[in-house]
Amino acid sequence: MTDPNSSMSPPPKYSIRGLKAWFGSHEVLHGVDIDIPAKGVTAIIGPSGCGKSTFIRCLNRMHELVASARADGRVDLDGEDVYASDVDPVLLRRRVGMVFQKPNPFPTMSIRDNVLAGKHLTHTNKKETADKTVEAALRQAALWDEVKDRLDLSGSGLSGGQQQRLCIARTLAVEPDVLLMDEPCSALDPIATARIEDLIHELKERYTIVIVTHSMQQAARVSDQTAFFLQGDLIEAGPTNTIFTKPKDTRTEDYITGKFG
Amino acid sequence: MSDKWNIKHAAGQRSYALREKLFVALCLFAVLLPVLMLFTLFGRLLLDGLPRLGWDFITSYPSRKAASAGILPAAVGTLYLILLTALIALPLGVGAAVYLEEYGKRSKLATIIEINISNLAGVPSIIYGLLGLGLFVRALGMGRSLLAGASTLALLVLPVVVVSTREALRTVPMATRETCLALGATRWQTIKQVVLPQALPGVMTGSILAVSRALGETAPLVVVGALSYVPFLPDSVFAQFGALPIQIFNWVSRPQAAFLVNAAAGIVVLLMMMLVLNLAAIIVRDRMQRKLARAH
Amino acid sequence: MTRVHTDREYDNQLRQVRDKLLLMAGHVEAMIASAVKALVERDVSLARRTIDNDHKVNQFEVDTDELCLVILAKRQPMASDLRFITLALKMVTDLERIGDLAVNICERAMDLASAPPIRNDDDIVHIADLVQSMVRDSIDSFVHADDEKAQKVIDRDSEVDDRYHEVFRDLLQLMAQEPTTIERGIHLQSVAKWLERMADHATNIAEQVIFMVKGKDIRHVGHLSAPPPRG
Repeated sequence: MTDPNSSMSPPPKYSIRGLKAWFGSHEVLHGVDIDIPAKGVTAIIGPSGCGKSTFIRCLNRMHELVASARADGRVDLDGEDVYASDVDPVLLRRRVGMVFQKPNPFPTMSIRDNVLAGKHLTHTNKKETADKTVEAALRQAALWDEVKDRLDLSGSGLSGGQQQRLCIARTLAVEPDVLLMDEPCSALDPIATARIEDLIHELKERYTIVIVTHSMQQAARVSDQTAFFLQGDLIEAGPTNTIFTKPKDTRTEDYITGKFG
Repeated sequence: MSDKWNIKHAAGQRSYALREKLFVALCLFAVLLPVLMLFTLFGRLLLDGLPRLGWDFITSYPSRKAASAGILPAAVGTLYLILLTALIALPLGVGAAVYLEEYGKRSKLATIIEINISNLAGVPSIIYGLLGLGLFVRALGMGRSLLAGASTLALLVLPVVVVSTREALRTVPMATRETCLALGATRWQTIKQVVLPQALPGVMTGSILAVSRALGETAPLVVVGALSYVPFLPDSVFAQFGALPIQIFNWVSRPQAAFLVNAAAGIVVLLMMMLVLNLAAIIVRDRMQRKLARAH
Repeated sequence: MTRVHTDREYDNQLRQVRDKLLLMAGHVEAMIASAVKALVERDVSLARRTIDNDHKVNQFEVDTDELCLVILAKRQPMASDLRFITLALKMVTDLERIGDLAVNICERAMDLASAPPIRNDDDIVHIADLVQSMVRDSIDSFVHADDEKAQKVIDRDSEVDDRYHEVFRDLLQLMAQEPTTIERGIHLQSVAKWLERMADHATNIAEQVIFMVKGKDIRHVGHLSAPPPRG
């Protein structure tokens, strides 16, 4: 078994050192060090209020959009610090896409326009390739077959699971290389959840995926690497198989086996 | 079996339903009363003004003889005023609202502006008139023109436009803005392409209602110099002008009884204009909301 | 495990598994004792009663399996709980096999009771004592998550192996010298072999306990890769 830190393995997508985050004067992340491997799924687990949503929002600099929120530390994406002063957060967010908990297709737009929304918003849409973009994104999101005959109808007529896949298609249409997912299945029923997990399994061949989830079973099913956060600290991170069968830290063990609270 | 679990009415114990019915009746009365009063008023006006209402009334110029006096220039003046007011107030108001709601959340400046806007809505309209006189008519040299009148009215309705636009913007959920930003859009792209279009029904409704309020304003127009005897139609924004409320007021203060009939007819026309405007607001909002909820 | 599961019903269920295993182990231990006693004292009715009691062990196996399956389905146990449940399932198999071997010994005892004894069987009794203690200690170490105790069980296995080989050589010598004892000799050798197999099962359990406690797999040490080519 090769040492994951050896020079043989590919460099991590994200290399994070000393990441701290605040809301006003309240420190919510106390210096996180972690590597996120490229092309695979990393799950972030932990009890409510442990900072996992804050952490993921630091990866695409969405955290600072909230009034009085700030972050500090090194967050290297392919070796470049995203918090460097010459980095344009808007361009960063085109490279690092995000899917949220509540599916929210734009109600005023058709399915087609929803998928293209990202490109329209950023004025990067090309009329000639628009159809191809729409089909490619919807195919990647495993939604094409279900909506190909009603692309001009509103997105709000779809079921919850379909809406979430539409949101994923919308994010993918912008051609990011990282996909951040903040509890994407919390609002969905078990079957819709299973389809999204299946989709994640396909997507991880092409994208680096970081998923925040409060379901340990989901983290166990879906991810290759898992990181456990508690009250703003990263307690333990490692291969999912190990974390869920032989965790090193007692706190991880207690959380995973349900001995918390 | 304990009495706690009993689910049948006790003998003669139906008063809950009765009380509720009474309350509903009371509320209905409270709604119908003002509506009835309005109808009665309008009905009387209609009756009073009917003899004079007709095509020639609407297309004639004012005159010393009540029977031939019409409201054409006043009506046209009012229409031009509304248009100009809208043209001035809407961009300013919507812009201010967008700044306050989308950009200015963190700044002290925004807080100061916010406090003052609520105050502005309560200022008596005559004060606006005086402000208009000093600022637009004299200092900016617009003279007693349509432009000055419209600018004054625009100031008057501005707070309402700002407030209703902000409310409309607030109906767009934060998640929508977050999603746009997460897709790599700038704030301006988000507002222009997604937030404003979604808030449009509310913005339109609020704006139209605000402007329709300006329809009936008399005092500021008097101060700014609307004419009560207008023998011509205004031909530019710098022309002098008259307005319906002014004309009506002028007729009411004449001693001849015949002019009262004119006044009543004038009021009917004014009210009809307001009705049309409000109806337009409702239709516009309805159409837009239907477009939003398309294909369910 | 000092911390308790937030859902106490879960703790209850795990305790039930533990208790059932203890009961099963105790039962199996008693079967070993009575099997060897029936052999040495030529007590046919004891042998028959012991064989009849085996159904209780089978019932334990079925009940414990069922309980573990339910916990796996309903609780999705993780980490130490997961290791506990999966190992409990395996231990049940080992214990049930030990019970079957005791039944085999009883059957041999019934065969041997009809003929006169050929030797002093104290050495076989000694092996049986060792085996009983190994079974008891291996289950004990599982219940108390005591990896040191488990290690001692594993160490005792070599002693059992040595004793078995002594008995084997002794019997061989006897059978070579007096051919009339061959049939009975072979029966006795089987009994000794089965006792040695019981010790292997107890060792299995002990190795699994160490894995559960330490998370380190020490089974098949030295035997996981293909042997080097001979010659």
